[in-house]
Amino acid sequence: MAKRIDAKDLNIYYGKFLAVSDVNFTIAPRSVTAFIGPSGCGKSTVLRTLNRMHEVIAGATVQGDVLLDGDNIYGSGVDPVDVRRTIGMVFQRPNPFPTMSIYDNVVAGLKLQNGRIKKAELDNVVERSLKGANLWEEVKDRLGKPGAGLSGGQQQRLCIARAIAVEPQVLLMDEPCSALDPISTLAIEDLMQTLKEKYTIVIVTHNMQQAARVASKTAFFNLQAVGKPGQLVEMDDTEKIFSNPSDQRTEDYISGRFG
Amino acid sequence: MTTISAPSLLSAKKGSGSRKFKNSLATVLVYLAFGIALVPLVWLLYTVIDRGWKAVTSAGWFTDTQRGVTFSDKGGGVWHAILGTLEEVAFCAVISVPIAILVAIYLVEYGGGWLARVTTFMVDILTGVPSIVAALFIYAVFLATFNGQFAGVYASLALVLLMVPVIVRTSEEMLKLVPNELREASYALGVPKWKTIYRIVLPTAFTGITTGVVLGIARVAGETAPLLVLVKYTPNLNGNLFSGFQASLPLMIKEQVNNLNQANSGTAYHLDANGNRVAGAVANYAPDRMWGAALTLIAIVMILNLIARFVGRFNKVTQ
Repeated sequence: MAKRIDAKDLNIYYGKFLAVSDVNFTIAPRSVTAFIGPSGCGKSTVLRTLNRMHEVIAGATVQGDVLLDGDNIYGSGVDPVDVRRTIGMVFQRPNPFPTMSIYDNVVAGLKLQNGRIKKAELDNVVERSLKGANLWEEVKDRLGKPGAGLSGGQQQRLCIARAIAVEPQVLLMDEPCSALDPISTLAIEDLMQTLKEKYTIVIVTHNMQQAARVASKTAFFNLQAVGKPGQLVEMDDTEKIFSNPSDQRTEDYISGRFG
Repeated sequence: MTTISAPSLLSAKKGSGSRKFKNSLATVLVYLAFGIALVPLVWLLYTVIDRGWKAVTSAGWFTDTQRGVTFSDKGGGVWHAILGTLEEVAFCAVISVPIAILVAIYLVEYGGGWLARVTTFMVDILTGVPSIVAALFIYAVFLATFNGQFAGVYASLALVLLMVPVIVRTSEEMLKLVPNELREASYALGVPKWKTIYRIVLPTAFTGITTGVVLGIARVAGETAPLLVLVKYTPNLNGNLFSGFQASLPLMIKEQVNNLNQANSGTAYHLDANGNRVAGAVANYAPDRMWGAALTLIAIVMILNLIARFVGRFNKVTQ
């Protein structure tokens, strides 16, 4: 299921503005990788290039390659829609579809991609995905109720269920807990530990404790200077980044000297 | 601490006196403005209901036509005018709604280039076009150039020009209200853009767009200038939108206005129901019918507005 991601010489632009330059990294399958760094350094931008969500913004372009098990998702003839079916995403703010029930939210991806699917199969997907997102017990008796009626933490888990319902290879999470309370955050962090057995997970977080708790590898991004593009400073085992980073800037950041 | 808090409380009280006065003054002014704005509305409604009630509650008002009924005859109804108004407005809506919603989708979801800017500019201009000018345009094209005959359909076409910009504007606002996060969530699931618009964006904005459509319909239902220019009034029932004279409520009102002075211009006597000469001017039912038709028109527009409000209640966007 899970696939490896290689980013090669990524330069990411908003119009003519170079937002992030020369990013290279490799992310192993079935692992959790955290992107940390100060606001505006381009971590979310890098994350969004991994499933071609970046180009949804008008004028945004990417140079370089992102390889998914060796296949370039920026290759000619590759449809971004297919890329996004393979690489799912969970956003900062929970965003269930307000017109849909819990059930319909979970199967939205499948239904909108493939059209008709048998009811029994959909039922299976709903149960499997909601169990996978650790939400089944809480909502199994009210699957027909609107998804927007759930609490923030439940909505975010619903969004995770929706993302894993289409069985992606990779799951990108853009600050998935920043709008949630500590208990919901804990629930989602626990969930990540289970999910990494099946998926490659990349998470952007502002919470360094969270990165230390959930990620096996951590990448530190920073601006080269004010007004200059962001860059990947270093990427290493999480333990090493937080105890003995190779770069002085990483140490300054994690010890709270700036950012 | 008490020695500090006591004087500060006192001084606060002193300051709050003038603040309270200003607050009361502002409140009074706001309520006064509200009352003044309400006066013409209530007055108009009272006048129309008071004078139109008699005709509207008369037997056969909603089922009869004015066929063979002169100003001095009792009876007759507005069914022919209601049918004409509904047909003309419905045909107008059938053309306008798809065009307007597609334009709004283009502007919000695909726009950004020069074509979108030109479209927005054109819609702005169209919003400001007086209805008589829209009517003259249709007249020039279809009646003068292509030798069309007066018919309800041409009024519908002129109303399209007035209705499209209204619905484009409201639909645009409603589509903009759909959070971008929902589109991104859909894209991230591997859903193509057109399907995202069709299955996620439009359903989310549905109630808002419907409200806009109904308000747009209500707006053109009372429009008069295109009807005066492009259709001719008939007291008979004509269900054919594409041929012949066709009545509508605004035209019927105008027709009654034309008859208002009929009684005064006649002779000093008239015949009663039994054929006997009776002294005095003939009875004139035109004023009753005029107010009755006006009341009927207001009622139809109000019902449409209520429908819009009712649909708006079910607005599903909760974020």
